[in-house]
Amino acid sequence: MLEMKGVNSAYGRAHILYDLSLKAGRGEVVVLLGRNGAGKSTTLKTLIGLVPALSGEISLDGRRIERLEPYQIARLGLGYVPEERRIFTDLSVMENLEVGKQAPRADAPHWTLERLFRLFPNLADMRERPGAHMSGGEQQMLTIARTLMGNPRAILLDEPSEGLAPLIVEQMAKTILELKQEGLCVLLSEQNLHFANLVADRAYIIEKGHIRYEGTMAGLAANEQIRAAYLSV
Amino acid sequence: MSLSALFIQLLNGLASASSLFLVAAGLSIIFGITRIVNFAHGSLYMLGIYTAYSLVQTFGGGMLGFWGGVLCAGIVVGLFGALVERLLLRRLYHAPELLQLLATFALVLIVRDFALWIWGPEDLLGPRAPGLAGAVAIAGREFPQYDLFLIALGPVVLLLLWLLLTRTRWGTLVRAATEDREMAGALGVNQAWLFTSVFALGSFLAGLGGAVQIPREPAVLTMDLTILSDVFVVVVVGGMGSIPGAFLAAVLIGVIKAFCIGIGNVSLFGLDFSFSKLTLVIEFVVMAVVLAFRPWGLLGRRQGLPRGAAPVEAPLHLPSTGMLKALAAMLALLALLPFVSDRYTLVLLTDILVFALFAVSLHFIMGPAGMHSFGHAAYFGLGAYAAALLLKHAVPMELALALAPLGGGLAALFFGWFCVRLSGVYLAMLTLAFAQIAWSVVYQWDDFTGGSNGLVGIWPAPWLASGSAFYYLALVLCAAAVLLLWRLVYTPFGYALRACRDSPLRADAIGIDVRRQQWLGFALAGLFAGLAGAIYAFSKGSISPDSLSIPRSVDGLVMVLMGGIQTLTGAVAGAAVFTWLQDVITRQTEFWRALLGAVILFLLLAFPQGIAGFLRERWEARAGRSDG
Repeated sequence: MLEMKGVNSAYGRAHILYDLSLKAGRGEVVVLLGRNGAGKSTTLKTLIGLVPALSGEISLDGRRIERLEPYQIARLGLGYVPEERRIFTDLSVMENLEVGKQAPRADAPHWTLERLFRLFPNLADMRERPGAHMSGGEQQMLTIARTLMGNPRAILLDEPSEGLAPLIVEQMAKTILELKQEGLCVLLSEQNLHFANLVADRAYIIEKGHIRYEGTMAGLAANEQIRAAYLSV
Repeated sequence: MSLSALFIQLLNGLASASSLFLVAAGLSIIFGITRIVNFAHGSLYMLGIYTAYSLVQTFGGGMLGFWGGVLCAGIVVGLFGALVERLLLRRLYHAPELLQLLATFALVLIVRDFALWIWGPEDLLGPRAPGLAGAVAIAGREFPQYDLFLIALGPVVLLLLWLLLTRTRWGTLVRAATEDREMAGALGVNQAWLFTSVFALGSFLAGLGGAVQIPREPAVLTMDLTILSDVFVVVVVGGMGSIPGAFLAAVLIGVIKAFCIGIGNVSLFGLDFSFSKLTLVIEFVVMAVVLAFRPWGLLGRRQGLPRGAAPVEAPLHLPSTGMLKALAAMLALLALLPFVSDRYTLVLLTDILVFALFAVSLHFIMGPAGMHSFGHAAYFGLGAYAAALLLKHAVPMELALALAPLGGGLAALFFGWFCVRLSGVYLAMLTLAFAQIAWSVVYQWDDFTGGSNGLVGIWPAPWLASGSAFYYLALVLCAAAVLLLWRLVYTPFGYALRACRDSPLRADAIGIDVRRQQWLGFALAGLFAGLAGAIYAFSKGSISPDSLSIPRSVDGLVMVLMGGIQTLTGAVAGAAVFTWLQDVITRQTEFWRALLGAVILFLLLAFPQGIAGFLRERWEARAGRSDG
């Protein structure tokens, strides 16, 4: 479904990712774990094309995308939910959703406004509210809803639980599992192992731009050494 | 003034505000999404008025011919704008944003000569509008029907634009991309088409704004820069990116201007004061006042940098020994030149030295201090005038030359106090406003500055009268000043300036008084520009208001940007190339502007890092190979 093979990428002269390879399949939730500055966000940004890949291959459903512009990648069905939410604060909830809207795809779940409002009931009550006047949790819901308006096949979530109240975090986990149920491929980055345990099937651990571990969540739970080396603060 | 006259002036003001609003709205929309300060916007307006003139001539002045011609002119200009965006600006979106500004300035030059080539140098006045050619009686006076139409046009366009931006998907996408274009792209929005369509709409509005003026105003070749400064003021007063703000500001400025014309000469406390003379400068006064109280304009908001569009400035490295040797060799070469070159070359070289200092002083605030000045010529010109006036008041030439830089420095100290309170495009516009105010004072104060004729007979002392003696004076002064400015960049003061540029917040937090540093930097740059101006005055023997006009400020910008803003030596290289090019090209052809514009565009596309930046990259690549 979504695959990176030997990808290197850099911001200007700062080399961030080294020969990174990873995969995520349809109906699978894969988590990218690592400390601050390990390269999690850069990995997701490289996938969506915001950071150019210097070398290596990236493919979505077998189609090579590493040379495409972000908008082209998004139109092929890769959704991206950024870390800092990046709601359009001047635009209302409905207008934010409008920006993300794309035509339905035969091989991906089709999200109508009604379905999205069922998934995120809070948003239904604030359709005309400007993005600037929403709480952090509401904005986080809106960014995901906005990305789903593009009817993606696969979705990238950059630290979706960060800065949210515990109750909202739980709701977020439920949402991610619903997306999995729909058959979406979900790749998320996380620092919060507890949250990862709630949602993910498999994990990669990234450190200084290198993949250090790859395996199931159960395998990770059993491997005290790895967790101590790369995740504990 | 009677009440009815007052009312008529109000209507006059509203009529001229409409066209101004159309053009300003176009500029504002383009700036909002592309973050390009489109210097060519005035040229689009000018193209609109010329094209409308020709189309109405072709179609005939009937109802359909006139109105069809006006509308088609807008559309033609809109298509032209789209073409420019796709063929030219698109290639520069990844370049530093000031280079895009430079590209649009090159377009100004090209369009000006294109208009000269097609329509010739004479002023062209279009026919009256059929159906609206008469006048109506308002408050006991005759008021042109056409002006009533214009009064209605502004609000109608405002309403249509508002509907377009808030009620259509296109408008929603434009507003989203204006706020965060990278995010919009990651959601599948094709920015390329959005930018082109926004450029087309903005150009259409500029073209239409020009086209509707044909019955009121003759088409003149210099109107591109005149309207441009008006429109900059409107957009900045209204708040960058705010369409209703642009409308409000256009009305405010249109009406105030009309009143100034209407009031005419007034005796106040026994002093005769001419309000009509104020019209040249009143809008800039309004702008300075508004920005002093509302730094982001009437309806504007604090301007964050658009996300993902702010390149980090590379650190400046201390010059290598190789570089220093090259500089020393260059100075030695310059010192030997009088022995081998003719008088003409020496004059050109003196010009280059003067403009190199001018450009380096501008680079000092633009590069290390990050304050983009669009009005740096003010300090150059005031230095020149200070030198001339001191000489005229019997001060010896040597002393006049020594004191004159203070003319630029004190003015920069005064203007800078206001300017450093702003940042980004607002700061740039305020510097432009102050320069225009300074120009207009010098231009109109006949008794003191000689007005538009300027001052003549400003010759150096006899011992400096020979060409090579004055050349050596210029060489010593300019080289010393340039080296001093470069040295300053590596002092704690220079580091503080760069810290303030890169992160005002963090600089503040470690105890740097950001405004104070920037203020001092601004004043210093003004002082050195003043020195350049003083040397210039004595090298020419005369001085005119041109020396502090907007085109001179733009020359400085072109030099700095052409050389490359990231390097210290860039400004010198840019000044040398630009001054030399201007000299060579003006002697070649009547259409020197277009040729100069084309050369600038070529240099931009070939060396997006500037000349010095390009050479440095080559140098580093070679050094890298030999190291490895």
